Amino acid sequence: MSIAAAIGDTLEEQPHKNKPQKQGRFTPYWLLLPGLLWLTIFFIVPLVTLFGTSLMTPVPGGDVGEFEQTFHFANYVDTLTDSTYYIPLFRSFIYSGIATLLALAIGYPLAYAIAFKGGRYRNILLVLVIAPFFVSFILRTVAWRQILADEGPVVAILRYLSLVEPTGGVYPSAFAVIMGLTYNFLPFMTLPIYASLERVDHRLIEASGDLYAKPFTGFRKVTWPLSLPGVVAGTLLTFIPAAGDYVNAALLGRPSNTMIGNRIEYTFLSVNDYPTAAVLSFILMATILVLVLFYIRRMGTEELV
Amino acid sequence: MSTDTATKPPVGVRVRSWFGDNALKFYAVIAFAYLLLPVAYTFVFSFNDAGRTNIVWQGFTLDNWKNPCGAPQVCESVVNSIVLALGVTIMSTILGTLIAFALVRYQFRGRGTTNLTIFLPMATPEVVLGSSLLALFLNIFVPLGFWTVFIAHVMFCISFVVVTVKARLASLDPRLEQAAMDLYANEREAFRRITLPLVAPGIAAAALLAFSLSFDDFIITNFNSGQFTTFPKFVYVSATRGIPAQANVIASAMFFIALALVLVSQIRNMRRKEA
Repeated sequence: MSIAAAIGDTLEEQPHKNKPQKQGRFTPYWLLLPGLLWLTIFFIVPLVTLFGTSLMTPVPGGDVGEFEQTFHFANYVDTLTDSTYYIPLFRSFIYSGIATLLALAIGYPLAYAIAFKGGRYRNILLVLVIAPFFVSFILRTVAWRQILADEGPVVAILRYLSLVEPTGGVYPSAFAVIMGLTYNFLPFMTLPIYASLERVDHRLIEASGDLYAKPFTGFRKVTWPLSLPGVVAGTLLTFIPAAGDYVNAALLGRPSNTMIGNRIEYTFLSVNDYPTAAVLSFILMATILVLVLFYIRRMGTEELV
Repeated sequence: MSTDTATKPPVGVRVRSWFGDNALKFYAVIAFAYLLLPVAYTFVFSFNDAGRTNIVWQGFTLDNWKNPCGAPQVCESVVNSIVLALGVTIMSTILGTLIAFALVRYQFRGRGTTNLTIFLPMATPEVVLGSSLLALFLNIFVPLGFWTVFIAHVMFCISFVVVTVKARLASLDPRLEQAAMDLYANEREAFRRITLPLVAPGIAAAALLAFSLSFDDFIITNFNSGQFTTFPKFVYVSATRGIPAQANVIASAMFFIALALVLVSQIRNMRRKEA
């Protein structure tokens, strides 16, 4: 519930019926100071530092991991034209895009079923949606590895149905990675959609029926537009973390399924090539921000129509 | 009989709506199965008589449950995670709640910038948050460990606390506070006796959210922890050579404790509404 509330309000500003009315001139700044200071020092300053790091070059004759600031903007060109980096970057957006669509296809009907057919058990069904969070997400991903393994149940069924070769499997593969991403972020898709479906006034849907709309037309013209804020929030909350994730690709994929997160982690923590890792982080963040802004604007205008 | 058929919609519509209802329910059941299957797997394999590598089923045993600290490092990492998450919860709940109050109850310049600063950490992938903070720590030579992870977790939890508390606070009627002050409560009393109790559920929800976010975080932790090991990090590191069944025991126990707590409060809510 709390997560749903949090997510639902992330994008839309709370409409205040009553204007803020306290007058203390400096009070709000004292309230904001500690939290914003924390975010400034540990979120904004690091981003600036990261940008600085992305322009560094190795110290001539220095050790591994020693870099100096030379404002070498060519780092961006070098990294973007290197296929060991741009291919995983591209792959990340493909994988997380597919996973987001799959999560929408699973999460929307699920949220709809809970909101409109759940009756008095709605809250308990919602708890079941959040329940997987109570088990560490890495353990759940490892569990998928066992479920999808060659001697596991999924492969047995697929082999029986001749959907895979008698010796074939589904793990490790791109399929397993996308399935894992879909799985891990499905609750983030379902909860905001539920939150906006729950607020839909049932009389509007009835009214569309009274005006001779077929059930599907009623859904398309009434329910779906009203649930769009939830869909937007859900797709963002799935797509953004999925694009940067590396746990699923590391646990469920082959080396040929690496995503940009794996590259960043490896370059940063194993190779200690901080500038390249910083460049990759920045490109990832910039690409996501551009996609998100474009998406929000587009959905915003569609909603008005 | 005739009245009965008259009130019912035609057969075709009935069949279609029965199908619609049940197809949707069937779909929901499958979706729930998908969500809960790995949880069930984790639970079942906590009974595996596996020794060190818990990959293939080797027979039923209760030994893992009798001795959950039997494997090296499991309990140590769990204790680390709990201590960390408690500290993070307290810190981020205080900082976030203060911001939420400022945003909802006061008019001030710089509101847009504040909102953006709250929103951005939630819209930034964890690898970027983790790597940028590590870049800072490396540049100013801060040794990695408990405190660097603490700093990182508080940073990404604050935003979630703000939005959760803000939602609750915005739905409160400010006239309640005014009424208290009309009845000669001063501002502090009105806050303590009216506002705080009404916002408390929102703050509690935010604290729970912060606890679970911190307890389950892996990516940001992995970047900033150095030698310090949390439970998710322990599981990830041991995934290559096999996770001890004790990790499944602890995860399953936590799952059932959390589920029981939430379900009890939900059922109590349901009863209260019906009464």
